[in-house]
Amino acid sequence: MGFGLPDEIATVRVDAFKKAYPGVEVAINQGQFDEQAFLSAVAAGNPPDVVYLARERIGTYAARGAIQPLDACVAKEGIATGDFYPAAQQQVKYDGKWYAMPEFYNSIVLLVNNKAAKDAGVAPQDIDTSDWDALAALAKKMSKVSGGKIERFGFYPKLPEFLPLWAKANGADILTGDGRTSLLGDPKVAEALEYGDRLVRSQGGWTRLKAFVDTFDYFGEQNPFAKDQVGAMLTEQFVVSAMAGTSPDADITVLPFKDRQGRPVNNVGGNAWVVPKGAKNPDAACRWIKTMTAADTWVAAARARADKRAKEGKVNIGTYTGNAKADEVIFSQIVKPSGHKAYDDAVTVIRSVQEAGFVVPQSGAAAEFTKAWQDAATRVLLGRAKPAESLRQAQEETQRALDDAGHS
Amino acid sequence: MRRLRPETRWAYVFVLPWLAGLLVFQLGPMVASLVLSLTDYDLIDSPRFAGLDNYTRMAEDPKVARAIGNTVLYTALHVPLAIVIALALALILNRVTGRAAGVFRTVFYLPSMTPYVAVGVLFLFLLNGQAGMVNQFLALFGVSGPQWTTDPDWMLAGIVVMSLWNLGTTTIILFAALRNVPRELSEAAMIDGAGAWQRFRAVTVPMISSALFFVVIINTITSLQMFDQVYTMYFSSQTAQQASGDAALFYVVYLFQQAFQFLHMGYASALAWVLFVVIALITLVQVKVGGRLVYYEAEEHA
Repeated sequence: MGFGLPDEIATVRVDAFKKAYPGVEVAINQGQFDEQAFLSAVAAGNPPDVVYLARERIGTYAARGAIQPLDACVAKEGIATGDFYPAAQQQVKYDGKWYAMPEFYNSIVLLVNNKAAKDAGVAPQDIDTSDWDALAALAKKMSKVSGGKIERFGFYPKLPEFLPLWAKANGADILTGDGRTSLLGDPKVAEALEYGDRLVRSQGGWTRLKAFVDTFDYFGEQNPFAKDQVGAMLTEQFVVSAMAGTSPDADITVLPFKDRQGRPVNNVGGNAWVVPKGAKNPDAACRWIKTMTAADTWVAAARARADKRAKEGKVNIGTYTGNAKADEVIFSQIVKPSGHKAYDDAVTVIRSVQEAGFVVPQSGAAAEFTKAWQDAATRVLLGRAKPAESLRQAQEETQRALDDAGHS
Repeated sequence: MRRLRPETRWAYVFVLPWLAGLLVFQLGPMVASLVLSLTDYDLIDSPRFAGLDNYTRMAEDPKVARAIGNTVLYTALHVPLAIVIALALALILNRVTGRAAGVFRTVFYLPSMTPYVAVGVLFLFLLNGQAGMVNQFLALFGVSGPQWTTDPDWMLAGIVVMSLWNLGTTTIILFAALRNVPRELSEAAMIDGAGAWQRFRAVTVPMISSALFFVVIINTITSLQMFDQVYTMYFSSQTAQQASGDAALFYVVYLFQQAFQFLHMGYASALAWVLFVVIALITLVQVKVGGRLVYYEAEEHA
């Protein structure tokens, strides 16, 4: 459940499992993860054996007992958990136990539209997000508004979604490492949100800009970079990967997002495999999870992707897995320079920010926590509340939810 | 025991499938939800009795107040608008005769064939403040349109605009009623020197008042239960949800969130029961008031 077979990255790994365990019948209920369907299945006592979902949800489900710990599975099958990136490991653990195994490892980078930078009189590679005043000035210069109509979003800070990243760039965490104490009330978080809000306000205001970005199609040939609709934006690397397929000659530059001290910051995420409570074949589920996330399987999948893109004459920027050991092989042996400098440089940048990856610590109230800070940021962007008071409210809401959840 | 006549017995046999369906799929779940509304239930662990906690919590929940406010405001805007526009359409249809009539009747009903989810997605595009056709149209008259889909002050207005897409059923009902207005009455009034407006006011409206009354009740109930389109537009994904805040939070949407997103099944059941009681009350009031305003031909008039 939650998984699909849209491409070779999926099919190659599924075939690897079928070959290794011919006795196990695999039935994939394709389609996006649907919380309602999942929880109803668990409640009815008839869940799928294994489910594929976003890692940030794990804490909530673990605390509710909807998914089971995998410690026994890890021990029995000898899953090499040490191969996973540390941030990915942290995100699939709750209360000191493994509850999932990570799939992809999505990094956040700064994607620059070179034309917009040049229009603003700046060399794209000189853009540096550590200087907030300069960044605000650049955002304003790159944005184009005429008569209330947005023509180009100068710098899209990707708020409210990326608030944890902005907080980190300002040197603040939003939740303590043990997942028990909310830090949303930290003045540094408010400062980051205030800055982001100022960026948005100076470029035309949230309601207009949001309506504008709602029209974007990041994954098609008519993406906002091809259409010169955005100057620069923070985004997960998979947008770059998709653009490599659709717009190989795009005039773009990929840069690390730097904190105010000039160090790269990167809020990582991705999906994961979990075993629901009441799964009928936990052993097979465990083997499935092991196969899907193992270094060898990933390498085979990445090779298939590289071959396919090569055959189609398309650029391949590689497959960014949660498995560091697999990535070593993928990026030293499989991904070769494509001759498209923008994308070849992008690979180097994405690889370089991976080790700076951090996650918001897992908690039993992960869903409520996320909703509270997103609401808080939205209130500010809509001009309904000041950053400090809005985040203070979120601090109270989240602390109550954290105190209520799990930890019994 | 009195023996049933054979026809009566057969009638019961034929009604039986429906009765069984009513018990299993309607009354059963309703009773179950009434019981659940008195418990704390998260689907995974078994229900825990909580008395009237869920109901007292509703009274204190600011989101419930917000959702009720949005829903009532929407209903107050949608119902009169929908009926006036549908009546206008029905009057136009009533004028079209000959071979074209069938075509027009079909065309007028077509929008109602669009699934609600598709309507929601469609209007998300049409109403988009930057690229939508609604604002492009307004721009022709030099009006700079609002950000319908992202500005909380305009979201509800946008939803009302969208709701006027599905008027087919109301139009058809009113049209059928108009067809039944006897021509003689209108002609008699004309001979007495009544103008078009007077004839409409004094003859047509009273003659279709029972149909009007019926569509008022039906539209009120469906407005209070508004869900599909709004959910598709503003609540289908996490990004959509956080962008809209509470501006598009309708009562049933909140109920759905409580039930299936936060797994507060007991609380959601309580919300459902309050809605049921409110709708029953509103309908009762409308029937009482309507009885005085509606003209029924079959009744004795002194």
